[in-house]
Amino acid sequence: MRGTILPVLTVVAVILALWYAACVPVNGQWVRDQAARAGTEVTFGELVTETMRQDRPRLPAPHQIAVELWNSTVMEEATGRRGLVKTGTLSNRSLIHHGWITLSATLLGFGIGTGLGILLAIGIVHNRAMDFSVMPWAIASQTIPILAIAPMIIVVLNAIGITGIIPKAIISAYLSFFPVVVGMVKGLRAPDAMQLDLMKTYSASSLQVFTKLRWPSSMPYLFASLKVGIAAALIGAIVGELPTGAVAGLGARLLSGSYYGQTVQIWAALFAAAILAASMVALVGAIQRLTLRRMGMTQ
Amino acid sequence: MRGILQGSGAPQRLGMAIMLSAAIALGMTQVSVGQPSGPVLVLLAVALALAFVADAAHRATQRPQSDRPWVPVVLLLLICGSLAGAGIGLMQVTRGTGTPAFWCAVIAVWLGAWMVVAQLSDLHLRPGGWAERLRGLLAPLVFGITLLWLWQTGVRGGGVANVILPAPSDIALRFVASAGVLWGDFVQTFVKGALSGYAIGVAAALVFAVLVDRSDFLRRGLLPVGNFVAALPIIGTAPIMVMWFGFGWESKAAVVVAMVFFPMLVNTVQGLTETEAMQRDLMRTYSASYWQGLWKLRLPAAMPFIFNGLKICSTLALIGAIVAEFFGSPTRGMGFRISTEVGRLNLDMVWSEIAVAAVAGSAFYGILAALERGVTFWHPSQRGR
Repeated sequence: MRGTILPVLTVVAVILALWYAACVPVNGQWVRDQAARAGTEVTFGELVTETMRQDRPRLPAPHQIAVELWNSTVMEEATGRRGLVKTGTLSNRSLIHHGWITLSATLLGFGIGTGLGILLAIGIVHNRAMDFSVMPWAIASQTIPILAIAPMIIVVLNAIGITGIIPKAIISAYLSFFPVVVGMVKGLRAPDAMQLDLMKTYSASSLQVFTKLRWPSSMPYLFASLKVGIAAALIGAIVGELPTGAVAGLGARLLSGSYYGQTVQIWAALFAAAILAASMVALVGAIQRLTLRRMGMTQ
Repeated sequence: MRGILQGSGAPQRLGMAIMLSAAIALGMTQVSVGQPSGPVLVLLAVALALAFVADAAHRATQRPQSDRPWVPVVLLLLICGSLAGAGIGLMQVTRGTGTPAFWCAVIAVWLGAWMVVAQLSDLHLRPGGWAERLRGLLAPLVFGITLLWLWQTGVRGGGVANVILPAPSDIALRFVASAGVLWGDFVQTFVKGALSGYAIGVAAALVFAVLVDRSDFLRRGLLPVGNFVAALPIIGTAPIMVMWFGFGWESKAAVVVAMVFFPMLVNTVQGLTETEAMQRDLMRTYSASYWQGLWKLRLPAAMPFIFNGLKICSTLALIGAIVAEFFGSPTRGMGFRISTEVGRLNLDMVWSEIAVAAVAGSAFYGILAALERGVTFWHPSQRGR
């Protein structure tokens, strides 16, 4: 672990440096145009500072995004007219509000998808007919861009009167479902013939084989697919917010930012989504480490 | 009695018998449109009777000295035939006129198909033989066809509105009628957007991985960062790319490049470390140069990882190209068509586009998997089959 911190920091620093360097040529044209219109000349030093503090830059500098993130979360809630301090409820202009809307749909969908996925995996492992007929389709479905049906699910459910969190959660559930099925089938089959034979010599019932052997040995596979599933669920929720037209949620912030050319807002929403994804994957990872350590499966 | 309650597919057989009796009883009490016709009920009864025979035959042929192992197979095919006949009969229902007897018959057909799959999977076939391979193909096929048939019959019999769920036949008609539009969208999104972005992103990641691989420091720094970035919702860069590169396919390709770069990089860098010290030492005793070692040993050894990355990225590329079009596109493209036709409630067109996306996605993946089999034939995961 200690061996990776310095290299990681170096790589991150290099990426940030490249980013800042890229701001100059990308945003420079606008600065030169402004100067030409005003009839003045810009020196290189002015050019560099100007490219880092535009309202609608083509590429915002990292510190602009950080400031926007701070302003649209903590500052908005603390001092904003509709903020938490003034009104007691989350402001609809803050990324905390939008992030929570996306996160709640993600978590609901992830829960449903994971639960159903585990159930189907149990069915597939215990029923030869399901193994032969359903499993090939579950594997094949990994290769299709299922995200394409997201707009249809939203609009059709809207048409029959289901709105709000449920349609987005269904998309998230659908996206996290298949990785969990495929991973869990592999995991529940992980015990080798020797271990299964041992259970048979103990005259264990198939329920006992499941709870004492198959389920525990599937845990590493479960967590691996949970990490894939939760990232997919978040993407599903974000894309699910697009077709209803920028109402609420991180996807809506992306869409409204792209409508009005608010690049800093887009990047801030993007980073909020990235922070959400990273912390959820990290959370699953932490639970994984805890669980596997208690089960004695890690050294 | 034992034959009814035990053996493969017994619960389904029992359910089928109950549903068939219910269909006959309900069908006789009232005569109206939408009842299952006489031939349908007869075919169902034939299938049920054959199922009992097949189960008995199955039991008999599983004894060690069986001289007629083909009997259960033929019987299963006969059951399939009569179920298909009943299914086709039920599909002729007038729109929205499904009666309780009709639904009982539908459930009976579904249970029958399930029973066929159950009996099929319980047949003891020689592993690796042609019969076993055929079963591996037949079982998912029966499942898929049954699902499609349930969709078609359910939508027809239940009179589900077209704006909620169109029947597969409507989708097929629309698919054929607007093949030209679909082809244009396919070229715009898949060939121009996804494939070009995929090629650029994957090539860049491969080159970058080889460069990174020369420095242990860079590798240790980039692997965690790359893994981290690969888990982020990069699809969200789509509005930015549309702003930078315009509405054309170039912005879609840019999104795809951003999406595939890091998963590909991480997989390749990981793969390049997969050689053993012994193998590297051997190359050194041959006095191989760095590039010879890379070309002759480390790249081939990395191929399983590279192909894993290529396969993951193939799905990502198609998703990226389609979703990026939701943020702005010329008036063609799969994502554009999906979002506009959804708005006009032309769901049959949407489903046609989804069918194109599904076929394109699995064909892309299939080609990569076939290539992988050719290139990494030496790897244990390929030899097992």
